[in-house]
Amino acid sequence: MCDSCGCGDSNIVPVAVHERILANNERAARHNREHFRDHHVAVINLMGSPGAGKTAVLEATARALGAAKRLGVLVGDLATDNDARRVRAAGIQAEAITTGSACHLDADMVHRGLHRMAWRDLDILFIENVGNMVCPTDFRLGAEKRIVVISSTEGDDVVNKHPMMFRSSNIGVINKVDLAPFVGSNLDRMEADMRRYNPEMKIFRTNMKTGEGLEELLDAILA
Amino acid sequence: MHEYSIVQAMFDQIEAHARERHALAVTRVAVKIGAAAGVDVPLLKTAYETFRVRTICEKAPLDVEEVPERWSCPAGHGDIPAGHRLTCDVCGRPARLASGDEIVLERLELEVA
Repeated sequence: MCDSCGCGDSNIVPVAVHERILANNERAARHNREHFRDHHVAVINLMGSPGAGKTAVLEATARALGAAKRLGVLVGDLATDNDARRVRAAGIQAEAITTGSACHLDADMVHRGLHRMAWRDLDILFIENVGNMVCPTDFRLGAEKRIVVISSTEGDDVVNKHPMMFRSSNIGVINKVDLAPFVGSNLDRMEADMRRYNPEMKIFRTNMKTGEGLEELLDAILA
Repeated sequence: MHEYSIVQAMFDQIEAHARERHALAVTRVAVKIGAAAGVDVPLLKTAYETFRVRTICEKAPLDVEEVPERWSCPAGHGDIPAGHRLTCDVCGRPARLASGDEIVLERLELEVA
């Protein structure tokens, strides 16, 4: 009640908040990260457009490292568990997180996904994000490395269109390099744009069908 | 379209503040969004307008302050223009984002009894 005049009206009070809106997600991401550190699991957030080759990177990694390292994958997908099945067929443990309509994974979804898999015994856990070049950048998951995979077929201005994705990733993969001449993409331009937005990014040109560039990429993943 | 998720997180945060102060309603919401935050401001406003119905924010208009993107040298060699290679021309160090990544709930106005 308004005390000053007794009119019975309510009062409007201003409140200075100054809080990051995604602070809860960031807390959940730190919580995930503590779990990963406690159990010595290297965790990688794998991002990129639909069709860039994220699942192909996982399949190739499984073939190359599956015997030496214990690998696991949490796969975010809008509607299916196709990618999880593909990765399992390549011989590594995979659990799907079906997001319904959400265009990105958040730290809570990852936490719930962890409850459904035996992740503590892994050497490396990949979190394959939903195919999207924008939304996943704002949602930390607790991963220590962030990899963005693009395909030469996305056009050589794809980096300029999504600067935030490249600023916030540690490793950039330009995949399907064999297709660049057919679609007129200039790989040097793509790489130069990535360096312009992120001078510290490690960049690899790959062809996951033949294994070109895979060894160098795996060295960076294991570093 | 992660603007919906941002609005949802915002409602959770606002409800917590309103509960803490026993507010009857929220009458105004002010946020700060950086140009490099990856948030589409018109979409954020649409998401807010769509989802505030039947929430504690039903009566609250949304003010959005847009913050320009500013990069600078971490060793103090001044600003680096956005769009330029994000490295200091003087010392070669990678630029640091000085401002422009804000997704911040700044202020609320609450109606209290």
